[in-house]
Amino acid sequence: MPKRLIVAIVAVLTLAPAIRGQNLPWNNSGLAQSSNQPQSAPAGPAPRRDLSGIWDAGGGGIGARGATPAPLTPWGEALGKTHKSGDGARMAPIAEINDPLSTMGDPEGFPRNLLFELRPFQIVQTPNQILMLYMFEKRWRVVWTDGRELPKDPDPRWYGYSVGKWEDDSTFVVQSNGTDERTWLDNAGNPHSTEMRVEERYHRVNQNTLELTVTIDDPKAYTKPWVARNKLAMRLMPHDTDLMEMIPSASEALEYKKAFAK
Amino acid sequence: MKNMCFGIFLVAVGVLAVSVPLVAHHGNASFDTTKELKLKGTVTEWIWANPHCFLKFDAKDDTDTVRNWAVEVSNPTDMSKRGWARTSFKAGDEVTVTLQPVKGGAPVGRIRSVVLPNGQTLGTGGPPPGAGAPAAPVQPAR
Repeated sequence: MPKRLIVAIVAVLTLAPAIRGQNLPWNNSGLAQSSNQPQSAPAGPAPRRDLSGIWDAGGGGIGARGATPAPLTPWGEALGKTHKSGDGARMAPIAEINDPLSTMGDPEGFPRNLLFELRPFQIVQTPNQILMLYMFEKRWRVVWTDGRELPKDPDPRWYGYSVGKWEDDSTFVVQSNGTDERTWLDNAGNPHSTEMRVEERYHRVNQNTLELTVTIDDPKAYTKPWVARNKLAMRLMPHDTDLMEMIPSASEALEYKKAFAK
Repeated sequence: MKNMCFGIFLVAVGVLAVSVPLVAHHGNASFDTTKELKLKGTVTEWIWANPHCFLKFDAKDDTDTVRNWAVEVSNPTDMSKRGWARTSFKAGDEVTVTLQPVKGGAPVGRIRSVVLPNGQTLGTGGPPPGAGAPAAPVQPAR
């Protein structure tokens, strides 16, 4: 092969990623919201014990009107009555909404980040953790996979404490406790207590699809356990997707309220 | 007839499906859902922020009095999918805004559509660009 041709081939192979890279878009806002779109081509099989990637439920992740919970206990009923939400069963006019997330810039908290505003998020696996990096709020969670147990009588945290294990080669199950009672469960202002336990089941159906099921078990607030997300389908996004920032800041919330709470 | 009814049902489901994210932070409680206004005015400020982007503009009412309106759309993430951007408006732009006002009569509401100085219309309804289009390319196997 002529020397010049070899040089040209090497140059193209060397420069191609850089040329492609220059055209990669920034600030991707995720999939269209109208539906979880069908696959464009048959997906490959699920890789073994691997959830890594950027996942998006499209409009299915947003949960504007809140979940349909199990009946509340008297304690849960009383707490729920103090919540004046933007939407759902406790919907109030803008001036009266007291949602800690949208009016004060408090953290969304767990598991509301799964039940409302589950925008695209990235899963990263390390030898002893699974990290979940959420576009909304630009926050992250650590799910420990090193065999530790959940803390007994933990100090409450906005995002609680989480441990996880593989149930089989395509199903990862996370247990969480120790959540902060100030957070709401969803955009309808459904309440919870610090005694709540949450189970998340991530089932990798195939290469491109992950399903999420979330079960709430909070005997102080609800009369029985209930499923808040049932096999929510999420699509795998290209690995070079640069996600937008979507941060509900306190100053922006204040500016909005000044203009609209009339 | 049966097909027509089914068609109407599908349209209704579609409208509901795409309208939910537009009111993700709050619902209808503050708004007069029976009313729609079309106002010509001059942009004073465009705020590209969470939980809602909003446009402020001056427009004359029936008595020729200028009022400064504040009208909202959804958040930057949702609106960018519909072709809106931080740079969609600048102070001084002459625009025509179709809006749904709040119940109390204050110059506040939510945008249905805006006609820009160049004649382009920015809408808030209907499927966002990309809805129903071929799915995004998937992550190659590694």
